[in-house]
Amino acid sequence: MNGIGLPLTKQDRAALLDPVIVNNPIGVQVLGICSALAVTTRMDKAIVMGIGVTLVVALANLAVSLVRNYTPGSIRIIVQLSIIASLVIVFDQVLKATLYELSLELSVFVGLIITNCIVMGRAEGFAMQNGPQRSLLDGIGNGLGYTLVLLLVAFSRELLGAGKVFGFTVLPLTKDGGWYVPNGLMLLAPSALFMIGLLVWALRTWKPQLQEKD
Amino acid sequence: MPKLDSTRYTIIFATVVCVVCALLVSVAAVSLQPRQAANARLYMEKNVLLAAGLAEPGQALSEQQVKEIFDKRIKTRLVDLATGDLLPQGKIDERSYDQRKARNDPAASRIAPPNNAGIGRLPSYGIVHFVMKGDAVEQVVIAVEGLGMWGTIYGFLALGPDGNTVRGLTYYDQKETPGLGGEIANPQWLALWRGRKAFDDKWNVKLSVIKGTAGPPESDPSHVDGLSGATVTSNAVTRLMQFWLSDEGYGKFLRKFREGAMT
Repeated sequence: MNGIGLPLTKQDRAALLDPVIVNNPIGVQVLGICSALAVTTRMDKAIVMGIGVTLVVALANLAVSLVRNYTPGSIRIIVQLSIIASLVIVFDQVLKATLYELSLELSVFVGLIITNCIVMGRAEGFAMQNGPQRSLLDGIGNGLGYTLVLLLVAFSRELLGAGKVFGFTVLPLTKDGGWYVPNGLMLLAPSALFMIGLLVWALRTWKPQLQEKD
Repeated sequence: MPKLDSTRYTIIFATVVCVVCALLVSVAAVSLQPRQAANARLYMEKNVLLAAGLAEPGQALSEQQVKEIFDKRIKTRLVDLATGDLLPQGKIDERSYDQRKARNDPAASRIAPPNNAGIGRLPSYGIVHFVMKGDAVEQVVIAVEGLGMWGTIYGFLALGPDGNTVRGLTYYDQKETPGLGGEIANPQWLALWRGRKAFDDKWNVKLSVIKGTAGPPESDPSHVDGLSGATVTSNAVTRLMQFWLSDEGYGKFLRKFREGAMT
């Protein structure tokens, strides 16, 4: 037993916590950029997408790890893809049954979790070599790391682009009689690229060991 | 340990994975279907209220609230599209009538006349929501649909008691390109339709989306700003609106409605 009361070894904790910051899937591994551009215009979208990816990557890692010793090498990628695709469809169905209007707005991006490089990357790169528990933790960690970046980007985009946070007005817009002139660029996809660029820069300045030697 | 790379084992393993995954997906889809259908219905009803201006865009309404407004303000009837007459009340249960389903039922629809709105089949009965203020009809909401760029666009159009002035419009189901054609669902663009006239003095259908910017409703009564970068969608919207306002759609009904033949 250790400090947090769970029977986690040092490697387990590293699997869970490393991807949140020092091995962040977006900031360091630079995976899953495409969806990070698309769903970060509002906080609520970002958080639902974050939950979706976290669930999918965690459960996919667990499932892939459980069958890793029985999976024929020649079809391992397609097996991983079947597992991931099934999980994504189930998540999409649950979303339509619970948060219908949000599911309409997220539209194709939920389905596109299948093609999110993080999910496949962790299944092939981690879960195929590690036990179920550690793979599950790695999945949760990567999902949380992805969610964290999504929320940071969405926070600045929603605040500067629409003057709101989670749909609540923080900076009253001039068109509603307030004082804030919104930055329209923040609502367009390129702004997310700038935000992520700044984030990668900040991360590498804070953790110089991430910088490659020339 | 089985021989992992033998063809036999590979095929068996692949089959097992497929069956397990298929089972998982079908259980989820079947068990959640009723809830999803209820959500879709609620969303559609909410859009009737949006078109009629009885709800604000972005306003969260519970199932109960929507039902209350419907019970209080909305009278739903069916129209025989071929004659324009209202069906006797209760002949078919109006609240559960599904126009999209009826369209695909050979017994409740017919092949549509040639048209450029991409409409293949036409339901025999079209749904009409009368928005009541006391005993008077304040607005009439009709259902419109037609082929867009990537799929069918569904919406509701609210007209004033003259059966001519647009009071509101919503598109509640569309698959147009997000950011371009998808802007047809943008409340700001939809607000441009308010006050426009569907017909000219001789009751020819005139409502259309033009290229560029339209004037204010007073001087340019039947035109709406086009969406830049979305010519196909803009044209599709014009075609589908004109189809449903024409005699093939709700035209005959609207004529009787504005002549006061409806009670």
